[in-house]
Amino acid sequence: MAILVIAEHDNAAVKGATLNTVAAAKAIGGDIHVLVAGSGCGAAAAAAAQIAGVSKVLVADNAAYAHQLAENVSLLVAELGKGYSHILAPATSNGKNTLPRVAALLDVAQISEISKVISADTFERPIYAGNAIATVQSSDSIKVITVRPTGFDAVAATGGSASTEAVASAQNAGTSSFVNEELAKLDRPELAGAKIVVSGGRGMGNGDNFKILYTLADKLGAAVGASRAAVDAGFVPNDMQVGQTGKVVAPQLYIAVGISGAIQHLAGMKDSKVIVAINKDEEAPIFSVADYGIVGDLFDLVPQLEKLV
Amino acid sequence: MKVLVAVKRVVDYNVKVRVKADKTGVELANVKMAMNPFCEIAVEEAVRLKEKGIATEIVVVSVGPTNAQEQLRTAMALGADRGILVETADAEPLAIAKLLKAICDQEQPGLVILGKQAIDGDNNQTGQMLAALAGYAQGTFASVVKVDGNKAQVTREVDGGLQTVELALPAVVTTDLRLNEPRYASLPNIMKAKKKPLDVKSPADYGVDVSPRVKTLKVEAPAERSAGIKVKTIEELVEKLKNEAKVI
Repeated sequence: MAILVIAEHDNAAVKGATLNTVAAAKAIGGDIHVLVAGSGCGAAAAAAAQIAGVSKVLVADNAAYAHQLAENVSLLVAELGKGYSHILAPATSNGKNTLPRVAALLDVAQISEISKVISADTFERPIYAGNAIATVQSSDSIKVITVRPTGFDAVAATGGSASTEAVASAQNAGTSSFVNEELAKLDRPELAGAKIVVSGGRGMGNGDNFKILYTLADKLGAAVGASRAAVDAGFVPNDMQVGQTGKVVAPQLYIAVGISGAIQHLAGMKDSKVIVAINKDEEAPIFSVADYGIVGDLFDLVPQLEKLV
Repeated sequence: MKVLVAVKRVVDYNVKVRVKADKTGVELANVKMAMNPFCEIAVEEAVRLKEKGIATEIVVVSVGPTNAQEQLRTAMALGADRGILVETADAEPLAIAKLLKAICDQEQPGLVILGKQAIDGDNNQTGQMLAALAGYAQGTFASVVKVDGNKAQVTREVDGGLQTVELALPAVVTTDLRLNEPRYASLPNIMKAKKKPLDVKSPADYGVDVSPRVKTLKVEAPAERSAGIKVKTIEELVEKLKNEAKVI
C-alpha cells in the first residue's frame, strides 16, 4: 500500500501544511510518496525529500504547472494516482481546489477535511461547521482525502532522505490561465502555522485600531487574525479571517480581542491549546470557551498586556 | 448565454444543530430549512448577469428531497426563469456532479454557478467535480466574476490573498461570501415564481447511479470545551500564561 501526498509549496519551499498531511499519511500507514508539481520547483522538491517518513518525491517541473492550476494539476494527479491506495492533500485553498477534480476523474468519492484517522478506510471529519463530528468509511478502491492540518501534529521537516524521481508528463487542459495574484505581504508568521495568534473583532472599532494588535503580536512573535465581523466591516482584508469560512487555526495560544464568539468564529479556533478572551461584555459567548477571560476595555487592556509580555 | 445555478436545501444557518441520540446524524425533524447561503450568492450572481444583459436565461437545479421545490421557488422568486428538481435523498457530491453534468449536456449553459460548499456536509466538492466531469475550467471561491464574450475572469479568495484566473467558457464558478450580497424576494415576485415551470426528474432519467460510496458510521457532538476562569488584572493573566499554561 502506497500513499501519494500532494505537496503544498510555492516552488521555492514546502509549506507547513504538507508536514501535517504527511503525518496523516503516517497514521494511515504505508509507503509515503510526495508529489511536487510546479515550475522551477527544484528547491521545493529538495526540501520535500528531507521530510521525515517520505520514501520518494515525484517532481513534475513543467510550465503547465506554474501556477498549479487545478485543471492541469488534477489531470497529472489522476494519471499518477491510479497506482496508489490513498491520495492526500492538505485542505488549503490549493488542495480544496484541485482534489475534488482528481476524485471525479478517478470516479471515486472524496473525503473532505479529515481531522483523525481511525483506520485505512475510516476517518473522522467535522460537519455542520464543526458542530458535529462524523465517522465515515470509504468503499472506494482509491481513497481521495483532504486533510485538515490542525488535526495532525506536523512531522519533522528534516531527517528524511527520500529518492527523487522526475515526472515527464505535461498535462495542459488549455481551458484556464493565470492572470495575476495579490498576495498580502506578511511581516509576521502565517496564520495557519503560527504558535500564537492574536485576533481582533468588531470591538476593535476600525482598521487603524488593529495597530495595537500588531504591536502586541510583534512582541509575542504572533500572527494576527480577525473575526468575520471585522472583515465584513472592512477593518482588515479577508485573508486574515479565522472561522468556518476563513482559516482554521489551532495555535498554542489564541488571544481573542473584542470578539464576541459567534459559532462561525469558534469553529475556526476552538482547537487552540489555550484561549484568552478580552471583551467588555461579560456575557459574550467567547468566555464560554476561553481558558482565561478578562472583562474590560480592550484599549486599556491590550497596551497593558503588551508591556508585560 | 444560458446560466445554470445549482442550489441545496439545508438546515437554516441560524439553527444550532443537535446530534441525534442514536448517533445516526443530526436532528432534522421540525428544524427550519433554507437555501444554503453560498447558493443564495450563486443565484444573486446569475440574476445580476441577467440584469447586465449577459445571461439570457437562468435555469436553477436542485438535487434533493421533494420539498427542495421550496428552495427552487425561492430562486425563481429571486429571478431564475425555470427549475429542475432531481428527486433523491442524501446523494453524495460525486453523484450530484454526475447529475449536473447530464443536465449540462442537455441544457448547454455558458456558465454554471454553485456555492463553494453547503453548510451541512461542508464538503466543498460538487463544483470542482462537475467541472472535471464536463471538462470545464473552474473559478472556485470567487469574489469577482467578469464575463467578456467567450471568456470569464474570476478573482478567487486563496490562502495568501487573491488570485485572478481567466477561464474559457463554458466554465464552473463557485461562490465565496464576498462575491455579492443577495437580495430579498419581493411578494409580487414570490407570487409570480409559483407559475414558473418546474420539472421534477429522477436520477434514472439521467442514467446516473447515486448509490453511496461513503458510509457514515456515526455522528457525535464535538468534545465540549469548558469555560475557564475570569482574571481581574492583566498582571494576573500574564502570570497564569507564564506559570500555569506555560504558553509564553
